[in-house]
Amino acid sequence: MNSSVVAMTGAMIETNGLTRHFTVRNETVEAVRELDLRVEAGEMVALLGPNGAGKSTTLRMLTTLLAPTSGTARVAGFDVATEQREVRSRIGYIGQGNGAGHSQRGRDELISQGRAYGMSASAARTRAAELIESLDLTAVADRVVSKLSGGQRRRLDIAMGLIHAPALLFLDEPSTGLDPQNRANLQEHIQRLRAEHGTTIVLTTHYLDEADSLAERVIVIDHGRMIADGSPARLKAEHAGDRIILTFDTPQHARQVTDHHALGIAEGATVKQSGAQVVIEVDGGARIAPKLLRGLDDALIDVAGVEVIRPTLDDVFLTLTGRSLREDVSLKEKKA
Amino acid sequence: MTTTLHTAAPHTAPRTNLVTDTLTVFTRELRPVLRDPFSVIFTMVQPLFFLALFAPLLPGDTSLQWFVPGIVVMSCLFGTSSTGSNLLYEMQTGSHERMLVSPLRRPALIIGRAVKEIVPMIAQTVLLVIVTIPFGFTLNVAGAAIGLVILAIFCVGLGALSYTLALASKDQEWMFWGVQQTLLFPLLLLAGMMLPIDNGPAWLQTMAKFNPLTYVVDAERQLFNGTIASGTVLAGLVAAIAMAVVGLLVGTRAMRKA
Repeated sequence: MNSSVVAMTGAMIETNGLTRHFTVRNETVEAVRELDLRVEAGEMVALLGPNGAGKSTTLRMLTTLLAPTSGTARVAGFDVATEQREVRSRIGYIGQGNGAGHSQRGRDELISQGRAYGMSASAARTRAAELIESLDLTAVADRVVSKLSGGQRRRLDIAMGLIHAPALLFLDEPSTGLDPQNRANLQEHIQRLRAEHGTTIVLTTHYLDEADSLAERVIVIDHGRMIADGSPARLKAEHAGDRIILTFDTPQHARQVTDHHALGIAEGATVKQSGAQVVIEVDGGARIAPKLLRGLDDALIDVAGVEVIRPTLDDVFLTLTGRSLREDVSLKEKKA
Repeated sequence: MTTTLHTAAPHTAPRTNLVTDTLTVFTRELRPVLRDPFSVIFTMVQPLFFLALFAPLLPGDTSLQWFVPGIVVMSCLFGTSSTGSNLLYEMQTGSHERMLVSPLRRPALIIGRAVKEIVPMIAQTVLLVIVTIPFGFTLNVAGAAIGLVILAIFCVGLGALSYTLALASKDQEWMFWGVQQTLLFPLLLLAGMMLPIDNGPAWLQTMAKFNPLTYVVDAERQLFNGTIASGTVLAGLVAAIAMAVVGLLVGTRAMRKA
């Protein structure tokens, strides 16, 4: 699909020094700074970062909703600043809000969306019926959108974004506001789209687990800059090690351990002791832990408990920025 | 579950133009009105009250002949000037953004919406006239038909301006309603819709001359009463066309920037 388009540039998305400034009360805010990004056809990419990091601004520029202050972006083979209609007709976009008007009926909106993309009336009707069926909307498609549940509306949004079978799909915070079941359901739809049709997917999220489980490539953005780019596994391996947490009966025991030779097993590790706990940050924690325990056993130091924690993308973010993404999210959700 | 999230059809270059795009937007806007026709009557409640409670206060036998065309314009004014709130709501829920990402041409997004305003306006006018005929209102059909054409043109301009106001207000709903209400009543009163302004002070008459609505109301009065070929009617037509041109120009500009 769309192989000719992709062949022209070789990439679905290619940006060079993409920058966007906003002026807020006479002060310039650099929302996105010098972004160089290349996404190949068929990739599944998550833009991860705290709120206000520049994810949505990036997405808005790539979908022609916002003009770049400087730099260029080619999307689906066309320039977002000078060939807007070419870009628009080739991409699908599922925004943070509801694509379908609340006073409209779902099926009506799907058909008018098809018309907007140049489909004939009968083709739009057929395609709307297909999507209604495959997204489990049959029972509610002829109801007014405002009467649908949040999960149903989100599925309708997806149907709206897919009406013209785009080769490139953008999703802006697709699962915000959904309950865990609907979130899982949404992720399943996205994965299916990818597996069955090779659709290139770019999504923004501040849910760590979503980026981790869904995307093969995670781009971490903070303060408008790309600070990391790679598969979740690679990012974790490069920027965060495993953690072995040893718990002892008393702080004295714990202190004994910190300068014991048994720790020599964990070469290149950082060791921190607090109270009766010792935290060892090291690569290959699961492999090292048994040896470590044997060493401590030989030295007659009693270990009350052991835990090996695999790094998360949050640990990656913490290493890169010194801040936790999770704190940021929970803070934001408390406010909301 | 079937596996038809995508059709195998390759991407085809959309065969659309400004007219088909406008038609798409027009049809979409009209659909909820057709599905729920009572929404049209809702915006008519106020003009109906004015008709029932204000008309009896007017002196003379010809009061209905003078008052009904004014109420028709008022009904158009109330409904059409607040229509931007629909867009305002769609800007908040996200469907406006969805349409901005689609290949629909920007001018179509405002022209299609503005042209749709003609439909509820005609429905309201017909209803108002039907309601008043039993009370002695007599109607010149040919004149009223031309009157509707002028009003339709005026509506398109006013609708476009209402949508422009919605675009300018962005997330601030109070701003939309504040400006709309602030402008609505002075325009309405200065057009001599409720009371004749012929006997008013000179400054008021001068202000009325700068109100395009004055010419539309005067033209409607003559047309509904059977005077068709007159300078007043021509002035009303010109005012309506000017309104449409200004509205669509300003609206298209605003939508291009959106």
